[in-house]
Amino acid sequence: MAAMTMARAETRTKERGESPVQTFISRHGGMMPSFAAVLILILLFIGGEIFLRGDFITPRNISALLLDNAVLLVLAVGMTFVILTGGIDLSVGSVMAFTGILGAKMLGDGVPVGIAIPAILLGGAAIGLLIGILVQYFGVQPFIASLAGLFLGRGLAYIVSLSSIKVENDAVLWLQSTRIRLGDWYITPTGIIALTTVAVAAFVLHLTRFGRTIYAIGGNEQSARLMGLKVGRAKIAAYVISGFCAGLAGLLLTAYSGAGYPRNGIGTELDAIAAVVIGGTLLTGGRGYVLGSMVGVFVYGTIKTIINFMGAEQSWMQIIVGSLLLLFIVVQRAIVARSEGRR
Amino acid sequence: MTADIEVPPIVEMRGITIRFPGVLALDNVDFTLRPGEVHSLMGENGAGKSTLIKALTGVYAIDSGSIAVAGERQTFDTAADAQEAGISTVYQEVNLCTNLTVGENVMLGHEKRRGTGIDWKATHREAARHLDSLGLQLDTRSMLSNHSIAIQQLVAISRAMVLDAKVLILDEPTSSLDRGEVEQLFGVIRDLRDKGVAILFVSHFLDQVYEISDRITVLRNGTLVGEYPIEELPRDALVTKMIGRELEDLAAIANSSHRSIDRTGTPVVKATGLGKRGVLEPADLEIYEGEVVGIAGLLGSGRTELVRLLYGADRADEGSVEVHGEHARLHQPRHAIEHRISLSSENRREEGVVADLTVAENIVLGMQARQGWLKKIPKKDQDAVVQEYIEALGVRPANPNALVGNLSGGNQQKVLLARWLATAPELLVLDEPTRGIDVGAKADIQRKVAELSAQGLSVIFISSELEEVLRMAQRVVVLRDRKKIGELEAATTDLDALIDYIANAGEGTAA
Repeated sequence: MAAMTMARAETRTKERGESPVQTFISRHGGMMPSFAAVLILILLFIGGEIFLRGDFITPRNISALLLDNAVLLVLAVGMTFVILTGGIDLSVGSVMAFTGILGAKMLGDGVPVGIAIPAILLGGAAIGLLIGILVQYFGVQPFIASLAGLFLGRGLAYIVSLSSIKVENDAVLWLQSTRIRLGDWYITPTGIIALTTVAVAAFVLHLTRFGRTIYAIGGNEQSARLMGLKVGRAKIAAYVISGFCAGLAGLLLTAYSGAGYPRNGIGTELDAIAAVVIGGTLLTGGRGYVLGSMVGVFVYGTIKTIINFMGAEQSWMQIIVGSLLLLFIVVQRAIVARSEGRR
Repeated sequence: MTADIEVPPIVEMRGITIRFPGVLALDNVDFTLRPGEVHSLMGENGAGKSTLIKALTGVYAIDSGSIAVAGERQTFDTAADAQEAGISTVYQEVNLCTNLTVGENVMLGHEKRRGTGIDWKATHREAARHLDSLGLQLDTRSMLSNHSIAIQQLVAISRAMVLDAKVLILDEPTSSLDRGEVEQLFGVIRDLRDKGVAILFVSHFLDQVYEISDRITVLRNGTLVGEYPIEELPRDALVTKMIGRELEDLAAIANSSHRSIDRTGTPVVKATGLGKRGVLEPADLEIYEGEVVGIAGLLGSGRTELVRLLYGADRADEGSVEVHGEHARLHQPRHAIEHRISLSSENRREEGVVADLTVAENIVLGMQARQGWLKKIPKKDQDAVVQEYIEALGVRPANPNALVGNLSGGNQQKVLLARWLATAPELLVLDEPTRGIDVGAKADIQRKVAELSAQGLSVIFISSELEEVLRMAQRVVVLRDRKKIGELEAATTDLDALIDYIANAGEGTAA
């Protein structure tokens, strides 16, 4: 009660005129976690540079960072849509395995690339649609619905093949093997695809009504509905996009490893969620940026690279990512608490 | 200003019936709204006002009846359908997205576009224009969460204007606004009315209803009582129509409260120098057996804070509390309950009733707290107590197995009161027990409290309605700016004197 009166007085003074810093905070307070992610990335770079005595920030390493994390990046983009609505998608790891092995099998059986690739992408989107319908029309918790998707995807992957299938299709291998060079820098078609995904997602989220509906749902679904927004459609679309991205990731992974393997991507959905959260997206939805998720993926990739260089145990990777995640969730909680206190 | 009766109505609802499990929420109700009028929908909580609004806005489906907008028959399946037809609603709990900017909340779903993408510059310019027409200069790019509820409410109305609404529904828009903000809102409402917008207004504040309305429709128990031009319906007639019985009850309560209290013995509860830095300056408080102490003061003056410190819900950093003359350490609500002190919070939904349990289960929770959790209370005793309170307080529906979440606000408050009474307290602290509930339920609650205090229960009664405080209490403690400024005897104080005291006592400066 008292807090409200004070908040009211506060608003009044604000409206009279405020310093640029206050304006910035009142406009962009929600970006803080993403800024923090950028800061951590910079610190990691500096740390790596010091540890390797100036041998870390090289064009080769940075280029490899994108190449090695393109798959995770694509998954994180899809995951960002879902988490922004306040949901979660646990299915992406196994959907990626399913679409990957499906693509490898089809290409091995002589299906033309022009049919196999769309089939992969649509397969992913179809599982996303299924999860979306479960969530929207049957009121199933996203956690449970996408858990069903996880089992479904993995099961389908084993039905396609129990063992690894090598890919010998030139077009698919080209995605990975081509190096477009600029001095010591290079980028592969897979990297270009991943960056394009980020750019398209950023456009959709920030410059289309559909994208703003996604944010509104995450902020307050009931309000979004009462405002007359097409909530049901947008929510299902978020899962379809996540599924589509999982399909695309399946294609990239098949190209990257030169084979489809039904055991791929076990636990990868959790890496994607971690990257999205580290990148500053609120797990409760409504706040976050797809560019933040990209930074989150790079933080994740850089930690992995540094640990490889150090020759340390891979378990340290998990511990560090776990600690970062914990830190970010606490920071997010503080932000939410602060904005609730303001009201 | 009354709209010409010849003007064809913009909204015609005929024979609207809505059934909820076990409840007939609306029974064959007609409602007509004409362009260029402010039409108040009045009734007790549970009379069906919200249900009627939700039928008109497409949130609830109607079981029978018809809705016509501008002469065209409509069926609304979603809120979007109703908006399409030109009906916009501003709900009591502001339904906006606080994670987005002010401008975006105004324009969401109607953003200006250039080519394939949203043109944010034009969108914010448009939002600023709409806000400006309501007299609001805001940074449209600031987050909505940075603004007060009052501002958010006005933003919600701006949003309705973007939709170019022909009908604007305002459901309790003033419940969290101060006087100046209400004036600002009314200015906007009159403006819109003069532009030919039909406004459906719902409020518990009779003054405001009479200030702004041209016409009143009264509902009671889900049925239509009638539609009246404002000039033909004086206040007492309105109240009588709303609750369907005379209001002599309230006068009787006032009479029974004006008795003298024996203050020679040991007080039931005595607080000395109770305070907390930045929350409340040290204050003394004594409550004697059978006494009702009212606490009066403006919003934010420290009323709730004082009782929370007393109860142990917040920890005081100075002062002491004595119960029956003995020092008591009340550091947690549990300690207070052990000393037979109960606090009914002002947030009845968040800190009060358990919505998913039945009326009976909620009341038994209170008995169980007194008995200790392990001791089983015989079913027969439970039923008897539950029945007793349902009857004594007039809980509607009088069904012990109804879910509390389905009850109206007033009836939830009655259940909450019953639950605290079931703990057999010696001191009952009621923080805004009658806020946002209807006149009938208010009278029931006040009567019960007066009755119990006459039997020896001590009560602290907090209310923003000063008439109510004076009616209930024998002694009124006045707070201002987080400080106790004095005490008044209710019998020798009238409303004007109390208002004057709240504003001017002490240094003689206006608050």
